[in-house]
Amino acid sequence: MSLSREEILKISELAHIKIADDEIEKFRDQMSSVLEYVGQLSSVDVKGIEPAAHISGVSNVLRADKVMPTDGATREALLAEAPEREGDLIKVKAVFK
Amino acid sequence: MAALHQLTIRQAADGLRGKEFTSLDLTEACLERIREVDGQVHAVLELLEASAREAAKASDARRASGAAIGPLDGIPLMVKDNMQMRGSHTTAGSKILSDYESPFDATAVAKLKAAGAVILGKANLDEFAMGSSTETSAFGPTRNPWSLTKIPGGSSGGSAAALAAGMCLGALGSDTGGSIRQPAAMCGVTGFKPTYGRVSRYGLLSMASSLDQIGPFARTAEDAGMILEAIEGEDPLDSTSASRERYAAAKLPAEGLKGLRVGMPKEFFADGMDEGVRERVLEAAKKLEELGAELVEVSLPSANHGLAVYYVLMPCEVSANLSRYDGMRFGLSVPSPSLKETYFETRGQGFGREVRRRIMLGAHALSAGYYEAYYLQAQKVRAKMKSEFDALMLEVDLLLSPTSPSVAWDLGEKFDDPIAMYLTDIYTVTVNVVGAPAVSVPCGFVRDLPVGLQLIGRQFDDALVLEAAKRYQDATDWHGKRPML
Repeated sequence: MSLSREEILKISELAHIKIADDEIEKFRDQMSSVLEYVGQLSSVDVKGIEPAAHISGVSNVLRADKVMPTDGATREALLAEAPEREGDLIKVKAVFK
Repeated sequence: MAALHQLTIRQAADGLRGKEFTSLDLTEACLERIREVDGQVHAVLELLEASAREAAKASDARRASGAAIGPLDGIPLMVKDNMQMRGSHTTAGSKILSDYESPFDATAVAKLKAAGAVILGKANLDEFAMGSSTETSAFGPTRNPWSLTKIPGGSSGGSAAALAAGMCLGALGSDTGGSIRQPAAMCGVTGFKPTYGRVSRYGLLSMASSLDQIGPFARTAEDAGMILEAIEGEDPLDSTSASRERYAAAKLPAEGLKGLRVGMPKEFFADGMDEGVRERVLEAAKKLEELGAELVEVSLPSANHGLAVYYVLMPCEVSANLSRYDGMRFGLSVPSPSLKETYFETRGQGFGREVRRRIMLGAHALSAGYYEAYYLQAQKVRAKMKSEFDALMLEVDLLLSPTSPSVAWDLGEKFDDPIAMYLTDIYTVTVNVVGAPAVSVPCGFVRDLPVGLQLIGRQFDDALVLEAAKRYQDATDWHGKRPML
């Protein structure tokens, strides 16, 4: 299946990823060729087969819902990664106007 | 004796125990080798000289006081740069994390440290482990030590090349669709992908969570088993890590490989393979037969769709996992007037093309109207493959195939053609889709470039895979060849 230029722009919007104008054609070609390749899956007979989200065999692994303390150095190291902070808070752009 | 940096882990552990040399000697030999050759190979993204020397001295002190921890105590290793390690940067080969400093240790790294290993540095990789050639690294490609104009394979190309070039005695990599086994094949070293769940993924930067698995690179299958023993085990921080019996070198009932049934799936010997690779792998099969194994031609029909299943499920999981790189809590953040523009600019500038392409493919495949045709269908084919695989493994003990259909290719050759690049993983991805363990071991050369033999086992039968590989290596010398560099 071949993607249109508009579809590429829509997907870039969904993925929150900027694509430069001169990249659109290349992405269109390359993504279309991958979709064409994986299109073969539609011909596989999967009648009565339950989908597998994973193959590890484990299900519903639970743990106690409790706070795990972190030492001060780790806490500071985690906060130090934030692009913007105010004291011990991570500062982000406003979500609502 | 070989130079210190060229020893196997077993030889080095014996030498340390016999007081023939110290961990600091081993570590200095590796650091010297890195200085000597990494300018040409570019396998190392961050050299941790100071902390490596400190760890080596601490190991020597433990040994002097009779408190050495185990066989990895004092052994210099390299870690792929998509695993967290306190005291290092963890870039995943991406501009979006170029300044990121690890606040904690991945469980596998913590276990290596606890076993006394010396971590020399962080190895180059395809950006976020997405690639088969280590060319998508934002910090430049790694070159193959066997021929500097060729790719080292990927995505763990830095780990494989560092080991092949003698910069370390072993390394950690991660394997989502072949990223340990394929570069091991291309660089002529042993690479092992454990059963999904055997090694904790905590602290491994997630790519596709249902497929990712950490595993060892080593000079021998025996060494790979030694690293695996140190890093495996259930971890409360990774709910998919398995509470299974611990790995122990397998006890095969007889000498050689007597009584072992080895299946050769005809789907893995179809057209499209380099004829030289086919010859080397068939010679290796013959060798297994000489050692007593029974070769059986078998069929795994759905393996023909392994790559297609992988190229739906993986991008879907990638698009979800990489949504965390949003410029808010860590990593690159490109200041922009609005929140939305910050996301767009940060992710647009921070991610390279291959990563953006895969996130977008996943976003598309998961979007309204496409979910059932792609993701759900791929999950069903995955279930079908798994039950076919399990049924087949009741008939045979191992499967044998080439690791990759070709030897290392020229840098740049497949860079702009994703399908050609993806096809180099056609024999490895199926193993991830069904969660099985598999090893790649050197089995000869084509045009002076190494070829890898893949052995695949039952889920959690990791020990049999590595033991069969060890017995093949006991009877051959391909794993003992080193590049002239």
